[in-house]
Amino acid sequence: MISYLWLIPALPLLGSVILGMFGPSMGPRLSGAVGTLSVGLAAVLAMAIALQWLGHPPAHSMYQQTLWSWINLPGFSINVGLYLDPVSLLMVLVITIVGCLIHLFSTEYMEGEDGYSRFFAYLNLFVSAMLLLVLADDLALLFVGWEGVGVCSYLLVGFWFSESANGYAARKSFVVTRVADIFMLAGLLLLATQLGTLNIQNMLAGAVATWPSGSLMPAVAASLLLMGGLGKSAQVPLQTWLPDAMAGPTPVSALIHAATMVTAGVYLVVRTHALFLLAPSVLDAIAIGAVITLLVAAFAGLVQSDIKRVLAYSTMSQIGYMFLALGVGAWPAAMFHFMTHAVFKALLFLTAGAIAMRLDHEQNIFAMGGLRTKLPLAFWAFLIGSASLAALPVISAGFFSKEMILGAVAAAPMPGMVLWGAGILGAMLTAIYIFRVVFMVFLGPVNTEISGSYGLRVAIPLVTLSAGALVVGWLETPETLGGQTIFSQFLSPAVGVFRHLPVSAMIPLTGIAAPLLGVAIAYTLYRNGTWARAATTEPSRLTLFLKSGSGFDTLYDAVIVAPYMGLVQLLRRDPVDQMFMLLRDLAVALHRQLRATQIGQIRRYASWMMAGSVATIAILLFA
Amino acid sequence: MIAWQMSAGLALALFMLGLLGLLARRSLVFVMMSIEIMLNAAGLLFITAGMRWGNPDGQIMLILVLNLAGAELALGLILILRLRNRITNLDGDSVNLLRDVP
Repeated sequence: MISYLWLIPALPLLGSVILGMFGPSMGPRLSGAVGTLSVGLAAVLAMAIALQWLGHPPAHSMYQQTLWSWINLPGFSINVGLYLDPVSLLMVLVITIVGCLIHLFSTEYMEGEDGYSRFFAYLNLFVSAMLLLVLADDLALLFVGWEGVGVCSYLLVGFWFSESANGYAARKSFVVTRVADIFMLAGLLLLATQLGTLNIQNMLAGAVATWPSGSLMPAVAASLLLMGGLGKSAQVPLQTWLPDAMAGPTPVSALIHAATMVTAGVYLVVRTHALFLLAPSVLDAIAIGAVITLLVAAFAGLVQSDIKRVLAYSTMSQIGYMFLALGVGAWPAAMFHFMTHAVFKALLFLTAGAIAMRLDHEQNIFAMGGLRTKLPLAFWAFLIGSASLAALPVISAGFFSKEMILGAVAAAPMPGMVLWGAGILGAMLTAIYIFRVVFMVFLGPVNTEISGSYGLRVAIPLVTLSAGALVVGWLETPETLGGQTIFSQFLSPAVGVFRHLPVSAMIPLTGIAAPLLGVAIAYTLYRNGTWARAATTEPSRLTLFLKSGSGFDTLYDAVIVAPYMGLVQLLRRDPVDQMFMLLRDLAVALHRQLRATQIGQIRRYASWMMAGSVATIAILLFA
Repeated sequence: MIAWQMSAGLALALFMLGLLGLLARRSLVFVMMSIEIMLNAAGLLFITAGMRWGNPDGQIMLILVLNLAGAELALGLILILRLRNRITNLDGDSVNLLRDVP
């Protein structure tokens, strides 16, 4: 079974090729079926491989499949090969299963849209590229998948390209991640020249053998790779593209900008964690950057009025938690939060899409209200997703993963407690901003017209993901709740054994109290009408500052975009070209002068000829 | 014996007359005649030069020039006749269809 591993990325690729070539003539039913089935088959295959894996793990808990040789030079070769270990298996499972549900949802959500088959072709291509990214056994091949998901993200953000704002958002997401990719490419070239291989396992072994811990070279290589990851994962300082990427269709936001692609940075760090361990300073930088990201994003989430932008900032903030876990070396905690986040954030986005379907694509939370009784399915799904995002204790998956991260952070050496405090503050803010949305959207009077009804293709993904958001947390629980360690044991061959370090009882108790306090604050502010008033009054400067994501866009516009566009304007008139235009202008001016003499009078010509002859003779005689 | 300066001066006077006629006259027939006068001036200058250096080549050149003048005159008259079909008068200035400025 495991030898069919190559089929997992190949199936969605095949689907995308079929849809790309014959899509327009296939009709919406068939193209939706092809799109969903190709990912669905990959999901079934992935689950079969996972079951077999759990029963009989292969030797050393890893499986390598070399497909063909890509580049073969003396002393340097790149193979196209797949590498499966618990980390990539987990990623594959999440991508294919969540991806399949989102495809199913899209078949109904996108009904009647132009470019229906094009949408599924892009989406399948994305899944294929993402699977290649997580399965690649070589950093060069990983980079192919990395760029592939970037391209698909660009295509899908700009899916409704007839509106120029969407095109701008697509370009922005593409260009910002491209800037990050340049750093990553530089990191790859550095590793290739220093260690002579890009095969991930050989490269890591070589790095550990050659470089002492804390030396300069691994720090440089790790930071370059990290910059690539930060761009893809929308972390400070390369986070500005994610809120704008919400211009794409909602299933795209669910799949690409919440569940899978934006966690590629986390995957990259986990995959190369041996290299990062050689650079402790880079790990500290990751933790500090993560705290800044999660707080900036949480504050921005507090004041957004567009439901998708709230979710976008919450994604940024939750990935900040994952990076925080990476910063303290808690790899399984990061992967665990990745998994729960993929489930509940996909659920939240799909529910936001489901609400928009019934409300004529309304996304402003202040225009909604009272949907609890009108859309019970959406209400329960959103409530479960929100509970998980806010990490409400015990009942939600997010609680367990966030608890695992915060526990690991609190147990880390200084400045562990400071980071933990910021994490707790972020957790409380998370509960406030997401329950602000819940209360505004689902309580109070009904403000909007509601039309249509949900079909099975919407209901199944929502129910499945809701169930997931309730139960997946039980795969790894703290001591007091059973001490289950299935998840970290499963990952231990790849990332080492994870120990829940002993911390004082205050730490988990605060972790429980913070989200509850957040919900209480959100409810109080909802009851006394603070949120509703904020929608109608002129926003204060602080609000505007927070709403723009703490002004990073303004800063980058001033520091990078404006000078660059100025340079572009300058070069558009091509200074070098001006030199040659001068020659042209001279020729044209002379031509004007000379054509004035061409007047069609023979006598005038004759007199000029005479004058010329006289002048010639005079010169010959007297010169 | 006539001094060569005399006949050279005559040739110059004839040439200037022809040139003036060419520049001043608008009728194409007169222009042709002026050109003939200028050619004859050139022929006279050949004869004069032959006389001055005692060389018969000048006279040979005159016969050549006269031949050319006859051929050119025939061609010119044909062109003038053809042109008359189009412009009804013989004003050279009205034949300016090739001028550049519209």
